[in-house]
Amino acid sequence: MDQILSNIGLLFQFPIVNLKIIIDGIMIGALFALAAYGLALVWGVMNVKNLAQGDFVIAGGYVAWWLTQQGFPPLLGVPAAFVIMAGIGWVAYKLVITRVIERDLFTSLLATFGMAIMMAQIMNLLFGSDTQSVDLGYDTLYLADGLIDIPIAKLIGVGMATVLAAGVILFMKNSRMGQAIRATAQDARAARVLGIDTEKVYAFTFSLNAAICGAAGAIIVMVWVIQPFYGITHSVRAFVIVTAAGLGNLPGVIAAGLGIGALEQYGGHIFGIGYQQAIAVMLLLLVLLIRLLQQLRHRQVLK
Amino acid sequence: MKKLSLLSVLVAAFSLSFSPAGFADGHCEELHLGSAISLTGKYATNGIHAKNGYEFAIQKIDENGGVKIGDKCYNFKVTYYDDESKGDRGATLAERLINQDKVQYMLGPYSSGLTKAIAPVTEKYRIPMVEAEGASRSLFNKGYKYLFAVLSTSEQYLASAVTLAAEMAEKNGKSPSSVKVAIAVENDPFSLDIRAGVSEDAAKYGMNIIIDEKLPRDLSDMSAILTKVKLLKPDLLIVSGHSKGAATAVRQIGEQNIKVPMIALTHCEAADVTGKFGDAANDILCSTQWAETLSYEDPIFGTAANYEQEFKAAFPEYKNKSVPYQTAQASAAVYVFKDAFERAGTLDKEAVRDALTKTDMMTFYGGIRFAPEGNNIAKPMVLRQIQDGKYNVVAPSAFASHQLNWPRN
Repeated sequence: MDQILSNIGLLFQFPIVNLKIIIDGIMIGALFALAAYGLALVWGVMNVKNLAQGDFVIAGGYVAWWLTQQGFPPLLGVPAAFVIMAGIGWVAYKLVITRVIERDLFTSLLATFGMAIMMAQIMNLLFGSDTQSVDLGYDTLYLADGLIDIPIAKLIGVGMATVLAAGVILFMKNSRMGQAIRATAQDARAARVLGIDTEKVYAFTFSLNAAICGAAGAIIVMVWVIQPFYGITHSVRAFVIVTAAGLGNLPGVIAAGLGIGALEQYGGHIFGIGYQQAIAVMLLLLVLLIRLLQQLRHRQVLK
Repeated sequence: MKKLSLLSVLVAAFSLSFSPAGFADGHCEELHLGSAISLTGKYATNGIHAKNGYEFAIQKIDENGGVKIGDKCYNFKVTYYDDESKGDRGATLAERLINQDKVQYMLGPYSSGLTKAIAPVTEKYRIPMVEAEGASRSLFNKGYKYLFAVLSTSEQYLASAVTLAAEMAEKNGKSPSSVKVAIAVENDPFSLDIRAGVSEDAAKYGMNIIIDEKLPRDLSDMSAILTKVKLLKPDLLIVSGHSKGAATAVRQIGEQNIKVPMIALTHCEAADVTGKFGDAANDILCSTQWAETLSYEDPIFGTAANYEQEFKAAFPEYKNKSVPYQTAQASAAVYVFKDAFERAGTLDKEAVRDALTKTDMMTFYGGIRFAPEGNNIAKPMVLRQIQDGKYNVVAPSAFASHQLNWPRN
């Protein structure tokens, strides 16, 4: 308790620390938002709640790390992870997801949970259980007497995340496939009647999701560290963000991602970083509670 | 390699038995030891390191005239079983060694977990076990009477950093109680042992612990703690969270440009912090049980450096890397048995156990003297500082090869 109070005291004693926490949070949140956007896409289009979301992120990280080990330039890892994970996503779709789309919620949850365990173990066997990361070797910018530090690698990571997000948004808006995806999300049967091959749309959506996750993972390995069993934390955050923002609400997903990033940093500062994850889960509970109360007021049923 | 030496022993034995005078000397009887050790599974790498350490020591003792008990001489022979890195398997195999193979003395398995699984069995059958690879403090508060460990227990891993910080404070004309300590450890038994050791020693000096945080199991970001470190300016920062803790700490200490006079970690080697983060790792202290540059010495193995050299000659697969401390401590465990047998002067296991309790010897691995609980209290943990990408021993200062760079910057 004393420690919590003194931690809060620090925030007032050194107001600049607040700025640092928010900057850190936003940079982290940008990466959360990417994986969450992929989840929202899959959830919205084919109503599959993909519990292996975080493991796609980590797999992307390992793709980038492995390429760096082979002597490729680290920044190449991001597009490479995008492409390779798209392939892995497609395989995962054809092997597993296509069989559970029409089933109930629990079948798809169980199937993707199984996939998550499989992926983590396979990565453990392939790459070992040690933590890995890629050091870009760039400098760090220091502001406010060195209290605020912005590693250039992180800036590059956030920049790439932004470009990727913008690219996906434009793609969804303007391309033929993007329109097909949106049409399928609105009403799969109607889309089929109008000649859209929904099976193809599903496969494409799922591999697009895996690709986005993979790119996010490739950025994460450049700014943090990864380990085969870290997938679950990314899955949990993606779920929190999508639940908070709601499906099909892209600005909401981004805002929620950045917000959760910042709140986690505050939570980590005040309660200790052992509780950082707990903050995300508490937020999820809070959001669900508020949603429930809202629904009650509208005399509607929670679906 | 092993086959060859066996063959040469056989040939030697034959030639001796045919020469009329040579029978009495040079031919030693076998003395059976048993060990369940991880040859497959997640601990396989280190399990094999330990087994090689055992085998090397047996060979060296053999070359030096064997174990002399009374007027007879003996050579150790170990029966190994693979515990597959699983505790229940280890316990079963220990039972089998004792009941079916009639083994009277045991060498330890690899890891605290496996030792914890086997110790109740050896205790039940009153079988003395000298172990070299289980450091957890919880092994030594159960009142075990037949368990002896040659390595330093886990709460000592970073406690020597506290002593070193106190020494540096005194050298600079400040009182050790002015030292401010920041601790960030993972919430698991091993790391909590380390935290307990550090806080106990810090309390002894009257030091103030200003940050005391737990790291999550899936740690990838500790900037919140490091920001506090920046604000509160501790003199000593302790981080322990297996290889992810070391990797995250070194990466972010570099990124956030953290200036603490002394930073001490565990698992630097496992996380390969020098290879991955280069200069960011400089001047960080890392704990280890043993290093080949220490100036420890004994009559069988010679100096630590000598041990390293001869071991590499005997096991060429280690040629291009440094010999892991897991191997050195395994060899030390065999040496402890030899010493105890010779002092006991009999093969009676109770007498050997009593002799083990009175062990007080110097080895290439460090001093060995057992507390009543069975842990070794004569050997301090070694601290190595990363200096220009190399691990150099800086503490304990009496056996160190290099000077400490302080303050770190």
